[in-house]
Amino acid sequence: MAQLTLVQAINDALKVEMRRDKSVMVLGEDVGVDGGVFRATEGLLQEFGAGRIVDTPLAESGIVGAAIGLALNGMKPVAEIQFDGFMPPAFDHVVSHIGRVRWRSRGRFNVPMVIRAPYGGGIHAPEHHSESPEAYYAHTPGLKVVMPSGPYDAKGLLISAIRDPDPVIYLEPKKNYRAFREEVPENDYALPFGKANLLKEGSDITVISWGYMARLSLQAAEMLGEQGIGVEVIDLRTLVPLDINAILASVQKTGRCLIAQEAPQTCAFGSELMTLIQEKAFDSLRAPLGRISGFDITIPLYRLEEAYMPDAGRVIRKIKEILQFS
Amino acid sequence: MAKSTPTKAKSTSDESSKGDHSWSIEGPIQILDPAGKVIDKELEPKLPDDELKEIYRWMVTARSFDERALSLQRQGRLGTYAPLSGQEAAQVGSAWALEQQDWMFPSYREHAVQVVRGQRWVDILTYWGGSEEGNRIPKNVNNFTISIPIATQILHAMGAAWAGKLRGEKMAAIAYFGDGGTSEGDFHEGLNFAGVFKVGTVFFCQNNQYAISVPRERQTSSETIAQKAIAYGFDGVQVDGNDFLAVYYITNRALEKARSGGGPTLIEAITYRFSHHTTADDWTRYRSAAEVEEWKQKDPLIRFRKYLENKKLWSDKDEQKLLEEAKAEVAKAVEEYEKLPERDVEEIFKYTFAEMPWNLKEQLEDLRAYLKEKKPEE
Ligand SMILES: Cc1ncc(C[n+]2csc(CCOP(=O)(O)OP(=O)(O)O)c2C)c(N)n1
Repeated sequence: MAQLTLVQAINDALKVEMRRDKSVMVLGEDVGVDGGVFRATEGLLQEFGAGRIVDTPLAESGIVGAAIGLALNGMKPVAEIQFDGFMPPAFDHVVSHIGRVRWRSRGRFNVPMVIRAPYGGGIHAPEHHSESPEAYYAHTPGLKVVMPSGPYDAKGLLISAIRDPDPVIYLEPKKNYRAFREEVPENDYALPFGKANLLKEGSDITVISWGYMARLSLQAAEMLGEQGIGVEVIDLRTLVPLDINAILASVQKTGRCLIAQEAPQTCAFGSELMTLIQEKAFDSLRAPLGRISGFDITIPLYRLEEAYMPDAGRVIRKIKEILQFS
Repeated sequence: MAKSTPTKAKSTSDESSKGDHSWSIEGPIQILDPAGKVIDKELEPKLPDDELKEIYRWMVTARSFDERALSLQRQGRLGTYAPLSGQEAAQVGSAWALEQQDWMFPSYREHAVQVVRGQRWVDILTYWGGSEEGNRIPKNVNNFTISIPIATQILHAMGAAWAGKLRGEKMAAIAYFGDGGTSEGDFHEGLNFAGVFKVGTVFFCQNNQYAISVPRERQTSSETIAQKAIAYGFDGVQVDGNDFLAVYYITNRALEKARSGGGPTLIEAITYRFSHHTTADDWTRYRSAAEVEEWKQKDPLIRFRKYLENKKLWSDKDEQKLLEEAKAEVAKAVEEYEKLPERDVEEIFKYTFAEMPWNLKEQLEDLRAYLKEKKPEE
């Protein structure tokens, strides 16, 4: 086992799958010679060659549209979009085609492909480099949406994404790319989709989170643990498919729930979770559901970015507010 | 701050407005050779001596700014920054041909164009220093905010020029983008619309040979970028982007054509980025030192200085004095930048809409309350 960062774990997953399956290929901007602007594809060109690690022209619609054709005819493309904010040019293919091909063709065709992109704020980047766009994709039928929070999950989930028969949007928390290391097995292992990870047990309140916010919620939970408050933290790992059973089991136990997300609040994925819990576990609730989100504004440049980014303090504050209710 | 009105090179719009595709697409047009010698007397713009010196001042100040911004970033006093060194002639040369009523749509690297057009060096620092205030453009300046999503500004420029045409204004719009930008759909859609509606847009491509690590050959298998204009039914031209006079000459001609109803032009300015793509990049991963050195032999500043020297307009003493003045001007901007007041969090909620809706007011209030609670613990 090696101690890897999240970005190294992604690199490792790509290598493992490319060695195992000759149809897996990577395409994107600067993924070859440069090894990716975050170095996620470092060393891949040397090992797998320019036929399978492809520096494309600068065109996201081109990358994702081409990936559809590649996937239709026997390849397994892993498309890298350089930043969350540059996914929109490819949106046409994502919403108009990739989630629909199986459905439209009555199962005759499918497009097993992965779109990887770094997401989220907190790295002092210019505009369009700090977005949290998961809700758009979760809202679109036919797409799986995966958001790992740490190195171990990142590798196991990316391997599953590549093996999945359906298209997967795989969003990587760029603030956690090098934030910490974890034990990551050298062999290949696939983490199942639709299986949340219980990061911490607790009996007073459930916090549901994913990606960057999951680890932040864990920190908040540990701080509250010292004050005698038992916070259970669920890291969803995959938004689609959703581990509804894990959510309901936890909420039925604690009777209270906070959703912690980085995306702007309105119509964010948390809104769906709150609706589901209200529909399926209303009887168990001892307090109104709560949420921590980004604000309904464009994520600002770095001088005031810290004020925008939800921090452990905001999670703690909201938990206390919910606990005060009952 | 902005440049004084330049004297125009002889207008050639009469011949080009016919859209007869008579422009050289084989180029690149060159007026000065790398030794600063005029090789095409006929095309040489007849600019007064003082103006030539002012132009050189702009290019030297842009270089000085760039070097300082890079070092500020390395010291942690500035965020990610996109350097322009090597592209001064392409930027100042094209900006010099613009008139106040024209509209300018930059990408993220056109600091010199922005400032020649009336923004300030401190604004550039303010943006890359992490404040949206750097995007606040003076009322009388027709510069759009910088566009980070590649090639999107090409359509915006075309639309602005189209509006000018619909409203009967004698204006042009210029869009700046890189060689990588020509691969995006927006580039092709922008040029196609401009051709179909015959709108006065100048599409100014700074072909600096790389899109981050990806070389120009990987963007297109066309021999030139300029030739793409033919497919859209208008003129395309290559110009030596390190030759101020050539860039100025051709942009001026394209703008005149645009203003007088002659439609769009695609200009491919061949240049080179001396430094990293941005401070987050490392050029040694994809270029050889020898290649960079070779381009440094074609430094646009040296070429223009030699031109001035050949005209007996410039001495070592002038050079020394200018370097000092440029440094001082940049230092003043840095000083002002570092004294910028802290902004209230309301700033990031403002301007989402003309009027702040209830949910933003609520969120802002909650944030304020939280920050207040948080403060004493710090
Ligand atoms: C739509 C979009 N995709 C990707 C990026 C990331 N990115 C920023 S600059 C750049 C390369 C741009 O190269 P080019 O157009 O040649 O301009 P240059 O930076 O060389 O001036 C890339 C890929 C982006 N900003 N926008």
